[in-house]
Amino acid sequence: MTAAISIERISKNYGALQALDQVSLKIEQGEFFGLLGPNGAGKTTLISILAGLVKADHGHAAIMGADVQKDFRQARRMLGVVPQELVFDPFFTVRETLQFQSGYFGIRNNDAWIDEIMANLDLTSKADSNMRSLSGGMKRRVLVAQALVHRPPVIILDEPTAGVDVELRQSLWQFISRLNQDGHTIVLTTHYLEEAEALCQRIAMLKQGKIVALDTTMNLLSRYGSVKKDGEGKTDLEEVFINIMSGNAS
Amino acid sequence: MSSVMEKNTLKYGSGFPTLLRKEIKRFYKVAFQTVAAPVLTAILYLMIFGHVLEGKEVYGHISYTAFLIPGLVMMSLLQNAFANTSSSLIQSKLTGNLVFVLLTPLSHFEFFSAYVLAAVFRGVVVGFGVFLITAWYGMPALENPLWIVIFAFLGAAVLGSLGLIAGIWADKFDQLAAFQNFFIMPATMLSGVFYSIHSLPPIWQTVSRFNPFFYMIDGFRYGFFGVSDVSPWTSLSIITTFLLCVSAIALRMLQTGYKLKH
Repeated sequence: MTAAISIERISKNYGALQALDQVSLKIEQGEFFGLLGPNGAGKTTLISILAGLVKADHGHAAIMGADVQKDFRQARRMLGVVPQELVFDPFFTVRETLQFQSGYFGIRNNDAWIDEIMANLDLTSKADSNMRSLSGGMKRRVLVAQALVHRPPVIILDEPTAGVDVELRQSLWQFISRLNQDGHTIVLTTHYLEEAEALCQRIAMLKQGKIVALDTTMNLLSRYGSVKKDGEGKTDLEEVFINIMSGNAS
Repeated sequence: MSSVMEKNTLKYGSGFPTLLRKEIKRFYKVAFQTVAAPVLTAILYLMIFGHVLEGKEVYGHISYTAFLIPGLVMMSLLQNAFANTSSSLIQSKLTGNLVFVLLTPLSHFEFFSAYVLAAVFRGVVVGFGVFLITAWYGMPALENPLWIVIFAFLGAAVLGSLGLIAGIWADKFDQLAAFQNFFIMPATMLSGVFYSIHSLPPIWQTVSRFNPFFYMIDGFRYGFFGVSDVSPWTSLSIITTFLLCVSAIALRMLQTGYKLKH
């Protein structure tokens, strides 16, 4: 089966700064995958290369078998990206925003699907509200809706819960989990490691542009965690992350 | 929730019509600022200059007010075509929402065509609005309507492309304002909107011939009166060449992702 995301020896420099160094990674279809790392590790650069917003200096990347540069149209149809920044077009309503986004992909008469996404993200009551009038949480939901409007099989969420309240965070994860159960491949970057631990089946950790750990969440916890003397012997991903990033992992 | 497998039933067309519609709807939503205001400005120019220079004739037989109207129409058309692409792009860049277009399968040519055609549309709407109101003061002749349409379209396309270049190049509103105030504005004001270049000293007549905007105004005016400072065919060749040059630059900037992608 074709990999949902295939990354082969990708490197990227910004002047003297090496953002990515020979990164290779395969994410299979249907996976819920976590991409973790401290600020400046190269996560957003890697996502931007997959989205076609940044061109790699070396290496290749493909979405569902379509090269992100040579076959960019097909690659972008297969990919939905929820950007990290809370960006929006202040001229339009929620419905207009989603209709335009659908139209950019050349999909006409997509209103039934747009209504379904809005219903699932509790946006129906805001459909005709201008984007400027929405709260930060609501704007975040619209970003998710925009990424889904062309029904991409692969969805990348770049820190989607940054600055989001607990209630929205939970409803967002329920929705994303349902998408994953429906067959969508989900790639998540987040600084909330408990979310990654609860949701992701496999995790890659990036440090200074290199993958320093890549395994199932279970294996990472058992290999890199230390047994706590708290009575339950439980370790968590935060501890694993600190161990790996500080170079204390055995 | 529908399954991901249903995606296979989707039919993908071009995103160009949607981007064009979005760009038109963007300026339509603020029509007071983007259409009504420039029409009012043009009327004020006509009232002031038309009154001060009343009785003066141009080309020997055309009243100054009638002469001024096509110039004002074209000046408004050009400035608004430039404003449409440049303001839309810089706003999208600075607020970050341009990413929603860059993430899609739209090609650089579709991107260029949608932005420039929307600029042409706004330019023509404003130009037509100025013509409707100012014609009430003194309806100019319509000797060759086809030339009017050709020069209006080409002029707006040139300025739409220049707006695209400026919008991509500028990193902040101040830089865009500099491009507009120190290049576009002087070039349009000194292009013969308010005078025939034959009324200028020889040195300034020569200088005017290096201004591509002069040929847009002069060719456009030929469509109304059947007379102009230079042959409309000369104007047509120069503007077409200029359009090809600025389009090539804009397309190259979009293709390489200059200041849009890393």
